[in-house]
Amino acid sequence: MVRHQSLFLARNHFQCLIDVLNEAGYRCIGPTVKQGAIVYDVLDDVAQLPQGVKDRQSPGSYSLQPDADPRWFSWANGPQALKPEVFSPRSVMWRVVREETGLVFQPVHTKTEPTAVIGVRACDLAALTLNDRHFLEGSYPDSDYQARRESLFLIAVNCTSPAETCFCASTGDGPRATSAYDLVLSELEDGFLIEAATAAAEKILSALPTTPATSAQEAAAVESIEQAAHSQSRSMDVDNLREKIKASLLDDAVWNDVSEQCLSCGNCTSVCPTCFCFSENDDGGLQLDESEHVRQWDSCFTQGHSYIHGLTVRNNTSQRYRQWIVHKLDTWHDQYDRSGCVGCGRCISWCPVGIDITAVARKISQGKVS
Amino acid sequence: MKDLHLPCEAEVVERIQESATLVTLRLRLTDDKLRNAYRFMPGQFNMLYLFGVGEVPITMTSDPDDTATIDHTIRSVGRVTNNLVALQAGDRLGFRGPYGRGWPLPEITGQDVVFVTGGLGCAPAVGAINYIASRRSSYGKLNIMQGVKHVNDFIWKERYDQWRKLPDTQVLLAADVGTPIWPWHVGLVTELYDQLDYDVNNTTVMMCGPEGMMQAVTKYMVNNNVDESDIWLSMERNMQCAVGLCGHCQYGPHFVCRQGPVFNYHELKPFFGVRGF
Repeated sequence: MVRHQSLFLARNHFQCLIDVLNEAGYRCIGPTVKQGAIVYDVLDDVAQLPQGVKDRQSPGSYSLQPDADPRWFSWANGPQALKPEVFSPRSVMWRVVREETGLVFQPVHTKTEPTAVIGVRACDLAALTLNDRHFLEGSYPDSDYQARRESLFLIAVNCTSPAETCFCASTGDGPRATSAYDLVLSELEDGFLIEAATAAAEKILSALPTTPATSAQEAAAVESIEQAAHSQSRSMDVDNLREKIKASLLDDAVWNDVSEQCLSCGNCTSVCPTCFCFSENDDGGLQLDESEHVRQWDSCFTQGHSYIHGLTVRNNTSQRYRQWIVHKLDTWHDQYDRSGCVGCGRCISWCPVGIDITAVARKISQGKVS
Repeated sequence: MKDLHLPCEAEVVERIQESATLVTLRLRLTDDKLRNAYRFMPGQFNMLYLFGVGEVPITMTSDPDDTATIDHTIRSVGRVTNNLVALQAGDRLGFRGPYGRGWPLPEITGQDVVFVTGGLGCAPAVGAINYIASRRSSYGKLNIMQGVKHVNDFIWKERYDQWRKLPDTQVLLAADVGTPIWPWHVGLVTELYDQLDYDVNNTTVMMCGPEGMMQAVTKYMVNNNVDESDIWLSMERNMQCAVGLCGHCQYGPHFVCRQGPVFNYHELKPFFGVRGF
């Protein structure tokens, strides 16, 4: 990758970035505090960015607390990933109308508008690359995903504030954003280092009131990213994980142990940025003359997920938990050449009983079963 | 981009009641261009859509060389199939396909072939048997084994009678529960192994049916020195998109709808027989 000259955008000029993006035709979305969490929402004004708060995350827990840090991006990801922007939680796939002559099937074209996402984290960019592999790079590319994906302009912010639940450094996916973005920012106390990675981004960047970054600013940015990596205490870097998972497939004791607390609620799959399962259902009109074929997120923790003609393949929580782990940490490698885990830690924070995937991986790897 | 999820319209040309719970729908694509372009290999499947209710994956049971109409034999077991089997000639439904990988028929010419099927597992095999029947001299000995739970589940007697008349071909039938007029074996189809006639070094085994049956057959074949790579199985899992995206049909690393439903035993081995996969 070409090493771009870093530029500096002062904090009091950050609104220019939003304005320039708006003028270029992008709707901006970015982090904002909503219902006690930092989520992406429409962003028109820097005042909407999280200010004076910091997330506290631990297994089974997420909360926002007051914080004196002047930075706007000094938080770790909330529950919502980039995934809903490209893989809609619910969308109409096609429509069918019953006419006198028969059934008329009508494609539904996804309507999108150019959207700039501000504040994307490295883990979510890694997940997006995996989403791309699944939805676009196989033999049957998905047109709905593609339309949404192509509408995105991604502005990464290197992560300097991992949560206690984060482990992206161990999966190699963060905290520095290294690919899949258009613009990348590093936040300093008084502003941002900013680099463009695409032609579209160069154009946006050239319209901003930037100054060349000083070497002190660059060093400060590097240091805070390194610090973020070092501060992560959790790790997915466990020995022989895939071999151990394979060797334990038939060992019910292992899976009963690691899933003992699991409620099979599916929270982990909802917040996971790489989980891609969806179900298809029909939403018929009351007139019975037309019907919409709808897809929505599904989870391997539901009973219906493995249903075939009268029987459920995975009839208990232990088997469903095993399916999730085996897929995420082992067979994902066969399918997409890498693990399905990007170290975002969401499944740990948002698990109502605080199951820690890194602890589970370690347990399987060490063969430690209570 | 072409919408890969969008069905086209098909018309029921004929509805054939095969047994109390099995119905064959003979379908014709209403669009001339699509009908003329449609081709499939035995073992593949289509997604059939019942208006306002949903889609189900169903394999084709008619001759792949004749796609003017396409047969789908359906057991009424759920929300969609209960009502699909009630369709009558002239009714319209949605149709998309074919999907997945079928049987490796062109690849195994010259070999003996053993089909072992159970229940409606005979459906994906019918097209394959007919494919071999119409190219009979290109293959070696042909063994066709079919087992059903009850005599009443046995369908396609005429087909088995026809195949029985082919040269170098034997048909072995079994019903777990027989009746006084059932002329064939009463018991498990796997009890008829010793009647099989094949060259162990030059044989392909193809099977479809309940997984317990396929596990038993695979074990027997491997124990009797059939090479693992000569064993093929048609698998079934929840399929909703049919194009490897929705995630339901995953079997270990495989998407059954895309890499299967026909698999070589080698591919399935690490997960085969493990409950919950």
